[in-house]
Amino acid sequence: MTIVLNVNGVERTVDVDSDTPLLWVLRDELRLTGTKYGCGIAQCGACTVQIDGRPVRSCVTPVAQVAGQPIVTIEGVTGPEADAVREAWVQHDTPQCGYCQSGQILAAEALLRATPRPTDADIDTAMAGNLCRCATYPRIRQAIKTAARTLEGRRS
Amino acid sequence: MNTLPEVPLSRREMLLGLGALVVGAVVPLPGRSGRLLGAEAATGPLVANAFVCIAPDSTVTVLSPNIELGQGPFTGLATLVADELDADWSQMRAAHAPADARLYANPTFGVQGTGGSTSMYVGYESLRKAGAAARALIVAAAAQSWDVPAAEITIERGVVRHAGSGRSGSFGDFVAPAGQLTPPAEPVLKTPDRFIYIGRPLPKLDTRAKTDGSAQYTLDVYRDDMLIAVVAHAPKFGATVASFDDAAARRVRGVVDVRGTDFGVAVYATSTWAALRGRQALAVRWNEAAAELRSTAAIEAEALALVRSRGQVAAERGALDAALAAGHQLIEAEYTFPYLAHAPLEPLDAVIERRGDLIEVWMGSQIQTGDQMVIAQVCGVKPGQVRLNTMLTGGSFGRRAQQGSQFAAEAAAVFMAAGGRRPVKLFWTREDDIRGGFYRPQMVHRLRGAIDAEGRIVAWEQVIAGRSILTGSTFEGAMVNGIDQTMVEGAADLPYAVPNLQVSVHVTKSPVPVLWWRSVGHTHTGYVVETFIDELLERAGKDPIAGRIELLADQPRMAGVLRRVAEISQWDSPPPAGRARGVAVVYSFNSWVAEVAEVSIGPAGEPRVHKVWCAVDCGRAVNPDIVAAQMEGGIGYGLGAGLYGAITLDEGGSVRQSNFHDYRSLRIGEAPEIEVAIMPSAERPTGVGEPGTPPIMPAVANALRRLTGKPARQLPLVQRG
Repeated sequence: MTIVLNVNGVERTVDVDSDTPLLWVLRDELRLTGTKYGCGIAQCGACTVQIDGRPVRSCVTPVAQVAGQPIVTIEGVTGPEADAVREAWVQHDTPQCGYCQSGQILAAEALLRATPRPTDADIDTAMAGNLCRCATYPRIRQAIKTAARTLEGRRS
Repeated sequence: MNTLPEVPLSRREMLLGLGALVVGAVVPLPGRSGRLLGAEAATGPLVANAFVCIAPDSTVTVLSPNIELGQGPFTGLATLVADELDADWSQMRAAHAPADARLYANPTFGVQGTGGSTSMYVGYESLRKAGAAARALIVAAAAQSWDVPAAEITIERGVVRHAGSGRSGSFGDFVAPAGQLTPPAEPVLKTPDRFIYIGRPLPKLDTRAKTDGSAQYTLDVYRDDMLIAVVAHAPKFGATVASFDDAAARRVRGVVDVRGTDFGVAVYATSTWAALRGRQALAVRWNEAAAELRSTAAIEAEALALVRSRGQVAAERGALDAALAAGHQLIEAEYTFPYLAHAPLEPLDAVIERRGDLIEVWMGSQIQTGDQMVIAQVCGVKPGQVRLNTMLTGGSFGRRAQQGSQFAAEAAAVFMAAGGRRPVKLFWTREDDIRGGFYRPQMVHRLRGAIDAEGRIVAWEQVIAGRSILTGSTFEGAMVNGIDQTMVEGAADLPYAVPNLQVSVHVTKSPVPVLWWRSVGHTHTGYVVETFIDELLERAGKDPIAGRIELLADQPRMAGVLRRVAEISQWDSPPPAGRARGVAVVYSFNSWVAEVAEVSIGPAGEPRVHKVWCAVDCGRAVNPDIVAAQMEGGIGYGLGAGLYGAITLDEGGSVRQSNFHDYRSLRIGEAPEIEVAIMPSAERPTGVGEPGTPPIMPAVANALRRLTGKPARQLPLVQRG
């Protein structure tokens, strides 16, 4: 069926079965390959995108369910939080293989918009769904804290 | 146009080794091969040698013979080149070298491949020479252009200068004339006191592309007219397809073909979702005549029976039996280790396309030469007709370094079964990965140790039973006296001065395929040796660190990391209430790593690791931040597996686990804070990708024993309910 999506602020029309997971529509149809497959059952977070600003696992989200809603992927995430998160990721040289990092960054960006000064417990909760098999967790934690400080500095 | 590698390697040549790397050989730029990170390939570059390519815009691309899977060779090898070349770090780029064993064989294996934590060890010589040779070409070309003596030319941060005439230029200015010159056969290398980048925490070259979604992995390759294939694999190891009904699968919109292969039934579709739904709709009957039908519990019981008697002796010294009999205290222990999947976050995948008489492949290939040969064989072409593009890859931990190249063979078979015309991407789901075998072997150890009346450890007997990775593999030639060293490494060469010792092995057989898993044999030998020595020292009334150091008189670097980790962990001060500390030290891949873990028991009864201190001696640290990152990653990887990881087969032979919900992985809230100290060293750089892993679980287990009073001898520590 024909479905109209709003991806990174742009309307995109796709012709797919309505139960196709958003992940495969983004990748196979729209060639937005920054969103990754890792498990297909919402256990690893590699496929994390934002819908209406909130992190969502695109591998279990039927595409028809999000028609018309604002979808943001790693290719399109912008704004002060996104900038601060990316800068902090670079500063701490966080990625190793890098495969999970699109999902990590989208989850971290959403965390900082909702909770500008996250505690360790906030980070544990918000990032619990994002696996990193390279175990870059200590740097993810540090980078989130660095980004939070950067944002605070820029606000004041 | 790229010169295609003629790689007519016989298996014998592969095993015997092809000899040294060819430095100074001129190969055309494989611009189409690797995506040049941060820069497009410019026209008319200077290909200084097999490893260094300088573009007219002065960017320097280092061609990495090693796959970049997160362990850092792109940055590390580029650092070695940049230093000798006196380049500015901002002009450095890295890409994967093409698959060509003549130019890029790893002297450790004799074929092009990445493993054994060897990239920096090997590159420290070859890549520095390549950088120095490129520098000599630039200097010679500048001297010629400016008509001044070469000895008067300096290069600093990419700026070529002649002070006398006041002239200066950049690398790009000399690309054309340098291309006409012959590189020096033996370029002069810097002395370490003149290093400008080696030893500094330079930012990684591939980080930015990994924060904006632009880094390209195999899964991200889409070719025109490409089909996506998934394979219905046998549910039991060793089973084969008996028959299948594909009528329902073919009715799924987007499914274009279904074919039987030696690896299972392949479903081809125009989209991933259609391929997955098509696979679901298949009805396959399996022939289980040769399948493994036993449970892992039954296999473990068999191994436990075997370790009751001595096996083939791998190491022996002194008079063990007499020492055991005369011992004042005798301790016996049995250890069991489960199968472990590697579970890299990007499951196995490959794209294959035919172009004229060439077969072009994109995959995260870790043993390029083997994969290239196997694909050639399956596709009926010469290895030189297989153009293999090594891709960035979402982790490996050993999984992509397959002896026998079975995944490459599957990809090629799936491509050919559909006619071998349309491009095909073979995609494994997480379930294919978790149930796909090539596990860290299930292992059992039995230990007996004796302490004499004076508290000296006088006897050590270790009997190991389990699967051999090398037996029957393409790397069988690496066996020593008929013993697979990956079963006994770390035990047969026990570092502690115990006068009477015997280590022996029993090899078990099963159709379940096994493979090296980050740090290989040390995953189990490190655990056993380091927890058992800790128990013996406790019985002998010794401090875990001081007691170890006493037994390491002829192991100064091992004692050195122990002393350092004692300092940074403040070993002599007591831990906070409710917590205990444990230590372990393991030598692996030519590096020494000691770790201290501070542990408590969490509210749910699970071990909680709060902090880990790590001291590593890996020779000269080319990039200390990458060394630290590899220690952090190795610790997290080992911890997750040791706490939670197990692949089990039910009675009947089916794998119980299927995905991350039941093959539990470490999550951020379970990851400890980690502090890493790197020993200063002028020795040649050695491994860092694997050596961080072995000490973590014994360190945790030793802390737990202090908390609970009971030794932990079965992994994983958190047993499934």
